[in-house]
Amino acid sequence: MRIKQVSVMVENKSGKLAEATGFLASKDINLRALSIADTQNYGILRIIVDDPEKAAHLLLEAGYLTKITEVLSVAVPDCPGGMDKIVRKLSAGGIGIEYAYAFPALEPGTAYMILRVDNNDKAEAILNS
Amino acid sequence: MKYYQPEKECASVEEIRAWQSEKLVKQVKHAYDNVPYYRDLMDKQGVKPEDIRSIDDLHKLPFISKYDLREAYPYGFLAVDKSEVVRIHSTSGTTGRRVIAFYTQHDVDLWEECCARAIVAAGGDKNDVVQVAYGYGLFTGGAGLHGGSHKVGSMTLPMSSGNTERQIQFMQDLGSTILCCTPSYAAYIGEVLKNMGLEPNKDIHLKAGIFGAEPWTEEMRRGIEKSLGIKAYDIYGLTEISGPGVAFECSEQKGMHINEDHFIAEIINPETGEVLPEGTKGELVFTCLDKEAFPMIRYRTRDICVLKREKCSCGRTFIKMAKPMGRSDDMLIIRGVNVFPSQIETVLLEQGYQPNYRIEVDRVDNNDTLDVFVEVTSDDISDTVKDITVKEKELAMAIRNMIGIGAKIHLVPIGSIERSEGKAKRVIDRRKLID
Repeated sequence: MRIKQVSVMVENKSGKLAEATGFLASKDINLRALSIADTQNYGILRIIVDDPEKAAHLLLEAGYLTKITEVLSVAVPDCPGGMDKIVRKLSAGGIGIEYAYAFPALEPGTAYMILRVDNNDKAEAILNS
Repeated sequence: MKYYQPEKECASVEEIRAWQSEKLVKQVKHAYDNVPYYRDLMDKQGVKPEDIRSIDDLHKLPFISKYDLREAYPYGFLAVDKSEVVRIHSTSGTTGRRVIAFYTQHDVDLWEECCARAIVAAGGDKNDVVQVAYGYGLFTGGAGLHGGSHKVGSMTLPMSSGNTERQIQFMQDLGSTILCCTPSYAAYIGEVLKNMGLEPNKDIHLKAGIFGAEPWTEEMRRGIEKSLGIKAYDIYGLTEISGPGVAFECSEQKGMHINEDHFIAEIINPETGEVLPEGTKGELVFTCLDKEAFPMIRYRTRDICVLKREKCSCGRTFIKMAKPMGRSDDMLIIRGVNVFPSQIETVLLEQGYQPNYRIEVDRVDNNDTLDVFVEVTSDDISDTVKDITVKEKELAMAIRNMIGIGAKIHLVPIGSIERSEGKAKRVIDRRKLID
């Protein structure tokens, strides 16, 4: 399934991440899933929220460099080899994975993977096949 | 109307030289007789007014520098009785003590004529609506173009700078055709226009802009021309010499004609003071020929540029100066290398970024650091570490290729760098606080 992820550039300085998460909390934005990537200058806070458009709008207004990206959310069995199966499938289909992160689902036995790939259409077709 | 004063603007080179020689002799005598500070400079150099018989003797005269004007502050260079002075203007004083320039009515008239020439060269005449969005007040920008517009007979809108939405409202309501302001403010007006959902040549009807008082690049010119739907003309001047209109651009948009009936331009080696041949890069030096109140002879502008006399398709014969590469005051020496902010701006525009940036120079452990903050929009970047890193590296590489030293690039969200409605403050040099 395709979902919208909100990415926020956060300066790589102590306190800056807390500033951003504090802002999100103050706006009552619940983070369903998140990952943090870091470079020398920035951290990129990637979040899945209920209303990505609203969250992005609020963040932009507050001066955060914010971007909405379409990513794939894939349910995987919460057992050894669950992720491996997905990754192999995509790899065999020639799909490049830029980044991925996972979170457990509310129902036991399932986890969700968030995947940013170089071709959403093709990846979806492969996963649905 | 093609020229404001064709008999002057299109005179033969021989005529121009003859005027310059005749006026120089008088001007030197005027300064020597009435400005004790300048008399001392000439005496120290061992040169008397009678040694100056034509412009061939110009090189014998001493230079005047900003230092001299500060020493003589405020009245030291005033060459007429105070009762003859009708106006003053002043520099912003950002590089030290401000300079105050004095004007008699005659001085104001000639200055305004120079600005009128610039407006006519940009296609203006009495049917035009000229919106003057340079700052009014001590700054020469507003008063100069305002006076020039009066001389041309255009409808003059004395807006001053700032209140951008009101500026755009007036453009819409009164149909302004010519905009005069700093290039950074013109770019900002273009940005606001777009944000308001308005389109050039539809919602506003500007045809030309006359922009000066700060360095700008060809890329910035193209950006402004597009965002405002105009042809953008450069204008040059400095308070010490009179104000805007010392030189102005014509339809060719390739260098600015210097008003040679009023000013002699020279290019010198800034280190040695030696006069350099035409076409060589060096420091621009001006000699005013008609000044009553504030004579400036061989005034060192600190602007680095090139002079070229060649046949111009506009028909004017005045020598042209290239856009200054920057003031030597603005020049940063970073790790021993001369760096002009305009060079960094050129790279940004070439790489598809907006000219919204801030340069920060600091010294850490005895090493100079150069940080360039560049505004980007969410559309400019992707959210992967790889892409952002690649973008920063590409930009850092391009800047290194241009200036010869490395810079650390910081991509920051649009709007996070302070906008100015007057001159842009784009350089922060923290080293001075430590030294």
